[in-house]
Amino acid sequence: MNKHRPQPGPKVRRGLVIFYIICALLVLLDLTGLRHGESDFDSWWGFYAVYGFIACVILVITATWLRKLIMRGEDYYRRHEDD
Amino acid sequence: MIEALSSPLPPFLIFFAAAVLAAVSPAIVRTTLTVFVPVIGGLLLFNTDLGDYYAYQMFSYQGELYRLDELSRLFGYLFHIAAFIGGVYALHIRDRTQQIAVFIYAGSALGAVMSGDLISLFIFWELAAISSVVLIWARGTSRAYHAGMRYLIVQVTSGMLLLVGCVLLIGDQGGDSAFGYIGANSTAGLLILLALGVKSAFPLMHNWLTDAYPEATPTGTVFLSAFTTKVAIYALARGFPGTEELVYIGMMMTAFPIFYAVIENDLRRVLGYSMINQLGFMVCGIGIGTELAVNGAVAHAFNDVIFKGLLFMSMGAVLHMTGRMNGSDLGGLYKSMPITTTLCIIGAASISAFPLFSGFVSKSMVMSAALMEGYSGVWLVLLFASAGVFHHAGIKIPYFAFFAHDAGIRTSEPPRNMLIAMGIAAALCIGIGCFPGYLYQLLPYDTGYWPFDATHVIAQMQILFFSALAFIWLQLSGIYPPELRSVNLDAEWFYRRAGPVIWNRTRDFIQHLISEALQLMVRILHWMIAFATDSYTPPQTSQTSRMALWVILLLGCYVMFYFF
Repeated sequence: MNKHRPQPGPKVRRGLVIFYIICALLVLLDLTGLRHGESDFDSWWGFYAVYGFIACVILVITATWLRKLIMRGEDYYRRHEDD
Repeated sequence: MIEALSSPLPPFLIFFAAAVLAAVSPAIVRTTLTVFVPVIGGLLLFNTDLGDYYAYQMFSYQGELYRLDELSRLFGYLFHIAAFIGGVYALHIRDRTQQIAVFIYAGSALGAVMSGDLISLFIFWELAAISSVVLIWARGTSRAYHAGMRYLIVQVTSGMLLLVGCVLLIGDQGGDSAFGYIGANSTAGLLILLALGVKSAFPLMHNWLTDAYPEATPTGTVFLSAFTTKVAIYALARGFPGTEELVYIGMMMTAFPIFYAVIENDLRRVLGYSMINQLGFMVCGIGIGTELAVNGAVAHAFNDVIFKGLLFMSMGAVLHMTGRMNGSDLGGLYKSMPITTTLCIIGAASISAFPLFSGFVSKSMVMSAALMEGYSGVWLVLLFASAGVFHHAGIKIPYFAFFAHDAGIRTSEPPRNMLIAMGIAAALCIGIGCFPGYLYQLLPYDTGYWPFDATHVIAQMQILFFSALAFIWLQLSGIYPPELRSVNLDAEWFYRRAGPVIWNRTRDFIQHLISEALQLMVRILHWMIAFATDSYTPPQTSQTSRMALWVILLLGCYVMFYFF
């Protein structure tokens, strides 16, 4: 867990509320039938919204896990190469 | 011998002439040249008709130094624009070596995309490799020196693969050295594909890019990001369209670097990984091979040079003004660099393929082509990668550099020339995004594709906004990994760590074996003497006796070689 969790100020909070509203409106746009699916699965309601959200959560959680496996000290290569 | 002297002047010659002039002229002339040479070259290209010029014959090979068709013209324009923007960005540089290197590098890249035969392609290819390393070494640090050496080794190796492949291919074609469709069905084709794969950062061959680009000078990285990989994309588009393996290679290229980009701390290295991801879209498009897909791939190469250049320029500006490049050391810069922040956000919006920004009009083509040709699984991965791009390049880069926690840095905007260069790139990102027709008419095929229908726009907006929503949620909940000073192991571990360790251990082991063998021989010698004289006591083997034996062995070898 990140100890430096950002604490948004009032201006940012207001911006975030507007952002959440836009997100909701974008999903609702799928109900209007303006968007036509190009394949079997992307015709589902809210496909892109759900896919985008889940993709990014999986990306970040996997990358955080990957860090445990591959992260080394900043001078990992340098201490061998500067010899 | 070169024929047809009345042919139009190839633009690369102007760049090479400028390099010679820059070698002997004062700073003011060199600075003027960096801006005017791309303009003159571009105008010359604009006024040249499509066709083949400068046919030459060397030994039994026939070639054409200057071939201008739709594909090479597009890359020709692109490289002139990149050289111009980079030239403006680097106007404050007075380093003669870097300026000469830039002329040779840009000229070689132009020469490579305009050469009609494989031998000239190889020559320009190698020239570009050698001249570009100067931009890395110019940083003057030990890290830059080592990264430059590794870069050079990889580039020259790729050149050697290309040369062997070309020679075999020319043999297969009965002496015809024309550079056209090659395909991966022969050994020659595979070798050339491998050479191009190294340059376009195929998986496991990609680390030269993420290793070297972040170590170059702030201005050098801008040029590096424009030319080398795009020459490879050009060559793939000409030699290997429709090679199905490229679809899957491209797919992997779009997906794996985004994991690294999320946890990487050096923001220019994040852009390096992001570049591999974008190259993946191009490689995938070339692999699909339909007219729409190849158009999408080369259009994306065009846009990538400009938006990635803009992002590298904005990060270069931050590095130039603050001396820092790690996400962990930056933050809050929007207060002192508001213009740079805005321009960086335009680059970020373009790479994320926001509608009305340049990335959207080209990425949509590759994605649509993938669906049309039945690559649904590939399409899902590309979609995942699109969301990931927004996450790491669209949000992470501006967020950690200019916003996030305030690192307390108070600086000012970069020099005016840097701002102008970024402004031109940003204007192009928006211009191409709003009026894609101008770019589309330069593409090799006329596919009548138009990205601005409700389906594409809504789908893209949904995926982008919900990626951003995920970022916000992960940040606010504290799950998002913090920026940490670190090295993340990648394929380079094999040649930067495992290789040297194995080499050192093998060398030590062999030395030990030789030493043991020599000791044994000395002992045997002593025993033989003792046996012969019957009274001799063998002494302990010493350094001196081993040295003596070495001398005897060497003399023995010398005598053997002398007589036989």
